[in-house]
Amino acid sequence: MSKAVSALDGVTFDGFAKVEETGLRGMITVRGDLASKEMAAAVKAATGAEMPVQRKITSGDKGAVAWMSPDELLVVVDYDAANATVATLTDALKDSHALVANVSDARAVFRLSGDSRRDVLAKLAPVDFSKYAFGAGDIRRSRIAQVSAAVWGNDDGSFEVICFRSVAQYVFDVLQVSAQPGGEVGFH
Amino acid sequence: MSTRLTTGGRLLNKAKQVKFSFNGKQFTGFEGDTLASALLANDQMMMGRSFKYHRPRGVVASGAEEPNALVNMGKDGKFEPNQRATTTELFDGLTCTSQNHWPSLEFDLGVANNYAARLLPAGFYYKTFMAPAAAWKHVFEPIVRQSAGLGKAPKDRDADRYEHFYAFFDVVVVGGGVAGLMAAKAAGQAGAKVLLMEQTSHWGGRAPVDGGKVDGGKVDDFIDTTVAELDAMDNVTLRNRMMGAGVYDHGYILGYERLTDHAPLLDGPRHRLWRIRAKQIVTATGAIERPLSFAGNDIPGVMLASAMRDYVENFGVSTGDRTVVVTNNDDAYRTAIALKASGLEVPVILDARASGGGVLAEEAKAAGIRVEAGKGIAKVKGGKRVTGVAICSQAGEGSVLEEIACDAVAMSGGWSPVVHLWSHCGGKLIWDEAQAHFRPDPDRAPTSHDGKPFVSTAGTASGPLKLDDVLVDGLKAGEAAAEAAGFTVTAAAAPKGEVYDEVPLVPCWLMPQGAGPKLRMKAWLDYQNDVKVSDVKLAAQEGYESVEHTKRYTTLGMATDQGKLSNINGLAVLSDALNQPIPATGTTTFRPPYTPISMGAIAGEARDEVFQPLRRTPIHDWHEANGAFFEPVGHWRRPYCFPSGSESHAEAVSREIRQTRDSVGLLDASTLGKIIVKGPDAGKFLDMMYTNMMSTLKPGKCRYGLMCNENGFLMDDGVVARIDEDTFLCHTTTGGAERIHGWMEDWLQCEWWDWQVYTANVTEQYAQIAVVGPNARKVIEKLGGEMDVSKEGLAFMEWKDGKIGDFDARAYRISFSGELSYEIAVPASQGRAFWDALLEAGKEFNIMPYGTEALHVMRAEKGFIMIGDETDGTVIPQDLNMQWAISKKKEDFLGKRAQLRDHMASEDRWKLAGFETEDGSVIPDGAYIVNHGTNANGQRNVQGRVTSTYYSPTLDRGIAMGLIHGGMKRLDDVVEFNKVDGSTVKAKVVDPVFYDKDGEKQNV
Repeated sequence: MSKAVSALDGVTFDGFAKVEETGLRGMITVRGDLASKEMAAAVKAATGAEMPVQRKITSGDKGAVAWMSPDELLVVVDYDAANATVATLTDALKDSHALVANVSDARAVFRLSGDSRRDVLAKLAPVDFSKYAFGAGDIRRSRIAQVSAAVWGNDDGSFEVICFRSVAQYVFDVLQVSAQPGGEVGFH
Repeated sequence: MSTRLTTGGRLLNKAKQVKFSFNGKQFTGFEGDTLASALLANDQMMMGRSFKYHRPRGVVASGAEEPNALVNMGKDGKFEPNQRATTTELFDGLTCTSQNHWPSLEFDLGVANNYAARLLPAGFYYKTFMAPAAAWKHVFEPIVRQSAGLGKAPKDRDADRYEHFYAFFDVVVVGGGVAGLMAAKAAGQAGAKVLLMEQTSHWGGRAPVDGGKVDGGKVDDFIDTTVAELDAMDNVTLRNRMMGAGVYDHGYILGYERLTDHAPLLDGPRHRLWRIRAKQIVTATGAIERPLSFAGNDIPGVMLASAMRDYVENFGVSTGDRTVVVTNNDDAYRTAIALKASGLEVPVILDARASGGGVLAEEAKAAGIRVEAGKGIAKVKGGKRVTGVAICSQAGEGSVLEEIACDAVAMSGGWSPVVHLWSHCGGKLIWDEAQAHFRPDPDRAPTSHDGKPFVSTAGTASGPLKLDDVLVDGLKAGEAAAEAAGFTVTAAAAPKGEVYDEVPLVPCWLMPQGAGPKLRMKAWLDYQNDVKVSDVKLAAQEGYESVEHTKRYTTLGMATDQGKLSNINGLAVLSDALNQPIPATGTTTFRPPYTPISMGAIAGEARDEVFQPLRRTPIHDWHEANGAFFEPVGHWRRPYCFPSGSESHAEAVSREIRQTRDSVGLLDASTLGKIIVKGPDAGKFLDMMYTNMMSTLKPGKCRYGLMCNENGFLMDDGVVARIDEDTFLCHTTTGGAERIHGWMEDWLQCEWWDWQVYTANVTEQYAQIAVVGPNARKVIEKLGGEMDVSKEGLAFMEWKDGKIGDFDARAYRISFSGELSYEIAVPASQGRAFWDALLEAGKEFNIMPYGTEALHVMRAEKGFIMIGDETDGTVIPQDLNMQWAISKKKEDFLGKRAQLRDHMASEDRWKLAGFETEDGSVIPDGAYIVNHGTNANGQRNVQGRVTSTYYSPTLDRGIAMGLIHGGMKRLDDVVEFNKVDGSTVKAKVVDPVFYDKDGEKQNV
């Protein structure tokens, strides 16, 4: 696995907020009946987290689970744990109609930190990033400028953006442009 | 002359002098000036030439409504035409030039149009179209193009950057005058999240100029206190230099923030377009003063009375030494009083009302100003500058009673609320007889998804013009908006504004009211488009009854100011000509933006590197570093070929094909779509999606499939692999990945929602590399690992998971080239390493990458179709002789019924065949197969067309596929393809499989 590299190999930018590519992350798409006991148990077994409700991301000792749609979850774990987690989930859901797919390599992850991180994202995504509307444990599936993306809030106050791997450079570039000194909004 | 006064100038920082240039002349102004006030201070009254007649024009207003003072601003990458001098804040080093003149502002040949005005009547353009066709092209168009137009188009790339910003509020208040401040405060105190935006750089709107007391104190103090209170509220955001540009459905509102226009040396974006969602919008956008229509009302020196007052109070600038004030209302007396107080002469106030004015009139008289009631201006004298006015009775036809020398005229025809933002989303207006203006009808507000109003107005934008009413209206609007947004309001009392007893205005749409044709021809309604009272009358006479039609016919209210000054006057004149009341005529439609916004702000950050997203495969960097020539495929860039040294693209493609056919080549196929389809009903679902039978596919096997839309047309193809009993992996074309995934979800969610199937698009999870050629197996075997890729271990059209070298691989034994071929998918993060390992292992076989063109040529040599070449949305599989891929056993699949229709089943359809030119040349792309005779339009009849045409290095000749009437029944016929030079090339109809017809090479 030492050959595995993330799309931008950990690039960073220090503007009026900090942008970092975080490196590889384990991500698993799970589709199924989110209301079922089996699903809740599968998620618990894989991550230790509770089932998230709409627009929320929950976390446990082994990873996090994000609500993606009425029949889709995203399980987030360490990259090296992805295959094992797929196996855990697949096994836990073997008697249910469900789909479990490893999408870790299809993605890039960026972390935004700094006091003005909300302003950077608000330039690119039609989402209410005010502290009243968005904080730790919140997730939005939206877009970053012209491409699909999701953003969630971490407990340490930082935000993470996930996008498709092929547009990692584009997403980094627009985050960089938006965090460029001189472009401070002073809003959030 | 216009000049700087020693007193006044509350917005100026007189300690800071600022240098700027206009038409190459160097001037100075002060920090706080607008370009217009600074030009006036330098006696530069004339600021441009008019659009049509090239008449000299000076500034007429002091804000966003200005029609005349437009300049070409800046140079090179900072050049921008049509910038309003009245809203341009002066900065050191500003350079600008006036517009629409040749050769110079002072001496303009285009002014000849002025003397030919009779030849350029209303509807001039349309009338020229009626002339002989040649006249437009050779006579009118050259004249119009030379003389019309405002600013110049920029020639350089915009040097600035721009951005968007998304924000969400309970209440957005547009306009930072006293009403807006009150509204924001009321909503803020109720707890709402509030944005207050103001288009200028200062708060309070007109109130500090117009004066009056609030709760017994100066209005300026009230403004300062309120701004400080708002600033202290956490839930209130104040932004100045930000204009409410447009209101859209569901509480969407655009705010146009100008960040560095006033200080271009600042870092950062020039404009920021705020894209805001608000629960409630309050427009406190004020009102705009109307000009009066009298002859010569466009001569430089004639100005709105309020604007003249602004220049004196805000910028300490006088427009002239002797100013005649002409009005139909009390407000203009304030200008006369202000001028007098500044030590300037006001020889006379002409009040069109027979009974004259009220308290303010008395005050003016007490200040020693002569006031004439029932009088008006017959005509203004002067050319490039006012030299005097001829006075007449307003009631008459313009007989001159007296001439008075003056160098400026201040006019006021009353005030019209700025109803633009209210109207953008359908807010309706009512005609207010007493104030002679259209104002918002609160009972017919723009409504949102719930049928409830989401826009309200405050202050003079609602109609009331007096300070006390404005404060009350602002407070009420703020409270009501907060309440509508779900907050509880504790009713507060509005501060008390000082009240003047004003005499109502008397509408005055033409001065004098009986002005004859000669005067009407010089009475301007629309300065920017050179529309006069006579033009609107002519339009009415020619049958233009609808105000919208009249607008287009006369150009009244068009261009950059969209008739902010002219609309009401114009439709009043139209109503008069049509002999109907003004409300029966109505207004034209108010559309966003309120004033023009920059193209840069609309584009936002999308320029240069981030103009469009570029999709990159995990191997993209290698391609770039190794000289790939890219072609766009969707948002991907795929290598077309890899030229080496001085090689041409054609040479590179030939080399890549020969190498692959002779030894081994590599293709980055990562862009191909990969969709997992899983569930108990997955087989049944794919039987519907594909024309083939997919449910019978065995796990471990692959099958090539065709996908049609419900109209029967071929829309995508690809190899389907069955992973296990419940799971399939469907490959799509590169461009089809997202589209086909969406297509599948559409059917699953909307039609077959009870089928147990889930899909997931895993296109980007894998880097997929095709290892192709007779030595492909040897290269893979050299990498080692546990996977058996022998002929028996992994047979043609099978797939297998396992380790190749250290890599987690899934290998598909499929071939799009006709050679021994493996498409190997590895996790994308390992893709580059895998590519490098293959290159290393393949060295002894001279392995090299090939691009999309080699891929295309090789598949064409094999007679394989390509979605987008052989198909164009009108082609069905049967046209391509692919009946073999259409299951006859299935009850149904998407497209089946459509393919049974008469036209689809007809023998007359053009069908696929191969073609070989007799001379070995390559048939041009897009060529048609010509037939005898011509059609009804005199065009050559055709019987088919080429779909793929290439030089085949393998066969050393041109090969082609195409659709021809009769298809393969035409075998051995010789047909003719047309060429660009008009000649044709002969080609024989052949089998489209040119290479290895028996498929032995791929099956070794």
